[in-house]
Amino acid sequence: MTLYARRRFLNALVATLAIAATALGVLWLALILFTLLSHGVAAIGLDLFTQMTPPPGSKGGLLNAIFGSVAMTAVATLIGTPVGILAGTFLAEYGRASRFAEIVRFINDILLSAPSIIIGLFVYEVMVLRMGHFSAWAGATALAIIVVPVVVRTTEDMLTLVPNSMREAAAALGAPRWKVIVMIAYRAAVQGMLTGVMLAVARIAGETAPLLFTALNNQFWTTNMNAPMANLPVVIFQFALSPYADWQSLAWGGALLITASILALNILARVVASRSSFSK
Amino acid sequence: MTAETALVTERRADHADPLSPAMPPQDKIVIRDLHFFYKNFQALKGINLALRDKAVTAFIGPSGCGKSTLLRVVNRIYDLYPGQRATGEVVIDGRNVLDPRQDLNLLRAKVGMVFQKPTPFPMSIADNIAFGIRLYERLPASELEDRVEQALRRAALWDEVKDKLKQSGLSLSGGQQQRLCIARAIAVEPEILLLDEPASALDPISTQRIEELISELKTDYCIVIVTHNMQQAARSSDYTAFMYLGELVEFGETEAIFTKPRVAQTEDYITGRFG
Repeated sequence: MTLYARRRFLNALVATLAIAATALGVLWLALILFTLLSHGVAAIGLDLFTQMTPPPGSKGGLLNAIFGSVAMTAVATLIGTPVGILAGTFLAEYGRASRFAEIVRFINDILLSAPSIIIGLFVYEVMVLRMGHFSAWAGATALAIIVVPVVVRTTEDMLTLVPNSMREAAAALGAPRWKVIVMIAYRAAVQGMLTGVMLAVARIAGETAPLLFTALNNQFWTTNMNAPMANLPVVIFQFALSPYADWQSLAWGGALLITASILALNILARVVASRSSFSK
Repeated sequence: MTAETALVTERRADHADPLSPAMPPQDKIVIRDLHFFYKNFQALKGINLALRDKAVTAFIGPSGCGKSTLLRVVNRIYDLYPGQRATGEVVIDGRNVLDPRQDLNLLRAKVGMVFQKPTPFPMSIADNIAFGIRLYERLPASELEDRVEQALRRAALWDEVKDKLKQSGLSLSGGQQQRLCIARAIAVEPEILLLDEPASALDPISTQRIEELISELKTDYCIVIVTHNMQQAARSSDYTAFMYLGELVEFGETEAIFTKPRVAQTEDYITGRFG
């Protein structure tokens, strides 16, 4: 075999392997989506959005769980986003290469990859045990802790992309530092930062482990954040493992609902990001 | 004979100190014994220089000679970066602005700067101009619009953008963006304009427009321009300072520098023998 033929053969071999690996990865994703759709669609209906989670054997929906998920995700985002943006701003604008910033950055990266069940246990220890009961506040706190490192990271990355010449130009006009950051750097990075927040929301919308120890679950409708609250992931977990067919069907419906919401959020994040002025 | 001794001999032979030509009284900026450091690297070594008001002074010299650094000392923009420091004096209107007590924002209100790469902010054309004005004044909308228009007219950009003031500043061409930056700088009503290679990223026609603009603006401002372009320095400046390796080699009227430089090094540089 000539050297050239050998090279062509190797090229074809590697390309085939790469395509096969991609196909294998996509196959599982497609299978998951197909399974979800085929089982879940049947459960999707008006009842799903208007009825409470039922006892076994009776009809019901997921309204309380949907509300709980939305409420806790919203509160977690409201807590986690400002903290994350401010910390990311510190790293990108003030700390930069300082030793303290390096340490913060390192710890943030660890938190970013920390198993969420550990975060759930942590909040159980510091909030649930002390309060003496499970609560939606504790659930939202656990989710907020997951939001923070994601937002810190994207905020820092996006602010770092803003060219220094932009900051110099604003400072050269006599703008104080906070105005340079708020009115110039944020404005230049806002799309990327928003994308980060949306990805964080997508991430916590499906988290189960941190809620098992904190918000737990609730069979009934409640808006009391100081009480246990139903939420989609834990309801899915509980219903899917149950022996009752109607519960299982609701679990499929809930799973499809979460997946569709996360997909929508991801698409939205991509649309927002593609309009970013610095993506070029 | 080393370059340095050659320089000294050259100066002696001339019986004149090339660093202090007879200056008229209207000095806007007086720089005395200025040293500048990037961490441990010394970029400026004892600069003494007086810059006239209502005139254009060009800093020329090969890359790394410290001309941009010198410019960046005048509005203390280097202060943004830890590890950069200056010693000596930069006196503007009788005040040493290197004084740590100097209010940097007030200094920068007085000393505008335009950079090599156009830096429009990610906002509308009108907001780009208004950004600087709003830092110092609270004006009713109609007055603010007038000021924006004035600045754009002064920068010879008004006719090109008057119908799209709400469009993003990023939508303009490179040359227009640079004039937008000049308009933004003069909207704040500074007294000094620092231009750091303002035309080096532009095509010849845009460059010409910027040069015309500079000669129009010099009736009102003390303009300092850093340039790599000899013709540009010769065309658009009244005074020229030639720098080399962090030192000021020669300073004088542009015509004199370009026709009969007193230091051999200057001549070598402007005739293209090195640099």
